[in-house]
Amino acid sequence: MKKTKLNKAHHFLKGKMIDFLGWELPVQFSGINEEHNAVRTAGGLFDVSHMGEIFFRGGQALDAIQFLTSNNAAKLVPGKTQYSALLTEKGCFIDDLLVYMMADNQYMLVVNAANIEKDFNWMKSKASHFKVEIKNESDAYTQIAIQGPRAGKLLTQFTDNDISTINYYHFCSGRVLGIDAIISRTGYTGEDGFEVYFKSTDDQAADVFLQLAEQGGKMDILPAGLGARDTLRLEAKMALYGNDIDDSHTVLEADLSWILKLKKGEFIGKPALQAQKEKGITRKLIGCELIEKGIARHGYPVYPGEGKTSVVTSGTFAPYLKKSIGLTYLPIEFSPIGTEFKVGIRNRKVNARVVETPFYKRK
Amino acid sequence: MNLKDFKFTEDHEWVKCEGDMSTIGITDYAQKELGDVVYVELPTPGDAIKKGDACSNIESVKAVSDIYAPVSGEITEVNNRLDDQPEKVNEDPYGEGWLFKIKMNNQDEIKALIDEEKYNDYLKGISEE
Repeated sequence: MKKTKLNKAHHFLKGKMIDFLGWELPVQFSGINEEHNAVRTAGGLFDVSHMGEIFFRGGQALDAIQFLTSNNAAKLVPGKTQYSALLTEKGCFIDDLLVYMMADNQYMLVVNAANIEKDFNWMKSKASHFKVEIKNESDAYTQIAIQGPRAGKLLTQFTDNDISTINYYHFCSGRVLGIDAIISRTGYTGEDGFEVYFKSTDDQAADVFLQLAEQGGKMDILPAGLGARDTLRLEAKMALYGNDIDDSHTVLEADLSWILKLKKGEFIGKPALQAQKEKGITRKLIGCELIEKGIARHGYPVYPGEGKTSVVTSGTFAPYLKKSIGLTYLPIEFSPIGTEFKVGIRNRKVNARVVETPFYKRK
Repeated sequence: MNLKDFKFTEDHEWVKCEGDMSTIGITDYAQKELGDVVYVELPTPGDAIKKGDACSNIESVKAVSDIYAPVSGEITEVNNRLDDQPEKVNEDPYGEGWLFKIKMNNQDEIKALIDEEKYNDYLKGISEE
């Protein structure tokens, strides 16, 4: 199994380690509910070093990114970040990602761990006609997410940079515990928070995490694992590649039209999506709550009418909202808020209702 | 915790017998492995069940696990308190977190269950894997 540079720290903090897509990572430390609620009320520390960092450098870096992704990267300025997607010709997802504009002609694309090789090969082959160097530097970077209302208060103790001036979806180049770092006000939990990227030795990286955990503990910020990361992102209705978005659903069907900029010029997937937009979608990703007891989980069948049409793409018992929630694609006529349908849970069919999303929104 | 009167299965259930009545729950190891329990689906009193039947489910935030009947017989009582307080399975797995009771129709089945010492040896085997 591959190990992140924080591996020693996880063992020291008694994380319960699992094999996550070939990476040894903690699924939990003190417990998913406790960690989840700590992030909502104070903060949590996550190792997300397994994610990929792919750099675009060169005179046509922007042109290449514009061609490969769905959002309008021309809107970026140095120090700004954008959520976007890599799409197939059919307008379906190869991956979702963050685009960081580091400087003129220089960008960092942050992609899902499971897709690093696939994305990198896709980018290289599809953007070969642009003057740009595309480099996968994933192994060099450690990434720590510090999430929650007290995240800034904790991180500020470890850096001389004035992080309070960084706006949401912006970043700065600075130092954390003396190590050069990208300090980004982003995250995937539905809370305010930061993601810190840096290159260092294993010992330095583990030391940063352990010091954050020690000081964080004094303000009820806990180390948190993949379990809480999944329940947090789902409460905030943030899509997970491989569950809610994949290469068989389009960006319009996934209800992510805000990252689709059809007017920006040519890009992969545009003709298909333009056609789909004109025709109208026939299914849509919706959020639901179970009305009866039970938990809808990934892969459970969904019955809007008599027959099964799809499956639950993500589902859990939401630890902060204390409700059973899920995401699924429904035929468009079943997608209005309040529509009821059924979810198959083992031998039962349980009533569910389409609800407003995100399920959780910070105040 | 004195577990001398308890018998165990390799599926991490415990059984406590008094005459032909048995109370069933999951072990401390099992509750830790499951993590935070949020919902318990229990059988219905009166159900006739055979040893090995999946007769109950425990849902944690992380996963769902089947509970297999460790003995055969009739379900006489279930722990309805778990409807509102499923966390009792985590907090007190050998006490207030019990799941259901079975009136056994073949007490010989108990002989196939293991005692605390053997169960602990079994756990050691798992952790060394």
